Amino acid sequence: MPAATHQIVWTHDLDRALTDAKAQHKLVLVDFTAAPM
Amino acid sequence: MYTDPRVGDFINERFVPVRLHVKHQHDDFEHVGQRYGALWTPTILILDEGGEERHRIEGFLPADDFLSQLMLGAAHAAFRRNDYAAAEPLFTRVAEQFPRTEAAPEALYWSGVSRYRTTHDASALKDTARAFSQRYQSTSWAKKASIWQ
Repeated sequence: MPAATHQIVWTHDLDRALTDAKAQHKLVLVDFTAAPM
Repeated sequence: MYTDPRVGDFINERFVPVRLHVKHQHDDFEHVGQRYGALWTPTILILDEGGEERHRIEGFLPADDFLSQLMLGAAHAAFRRNDYAAAEPLFTRVAEQFPRTEAAPEALYWSGVSRYRTTHDASALKDTARAFSQRYQSTSWAKKASIWQ
């Protein structure tokens, strides 16, 4: 079943995210969290 | 904050999302946290593609407040790259869709500035000052806009 469009797929690699953001013309959102997972 | 579908949709549309958990990504949490001075959780940073911080949210916020801050941050990022045509509608969206949030008066102020930068028409600033005479009068943003009357 495909993921709902509002489901967030997190990465944990900031350097990779910055590269992807440049390619996709997006910003990077970094969430520092201690929430139960 | 992330369970609201509007939040998820906006993040997926505008951001590459990175989550650094204090336990599960401990080393990166420490390393990146020191780099950006993230001293508390939750801390949410909006970075441009060069890694420059453009907006910061510290502490939990209800969905409307959180979404308005995400939009505000995206708008500020567009403004900083001189993309006023992209910034202005985002600032306006915050002010119109989330008028009761803390982000709204700041967004109203910067929507006027963005419109002025796009049009070079001083009436954009006057109109903004006039809008502040009807709402958010006690905020610092209203005071800053008062010079445009």
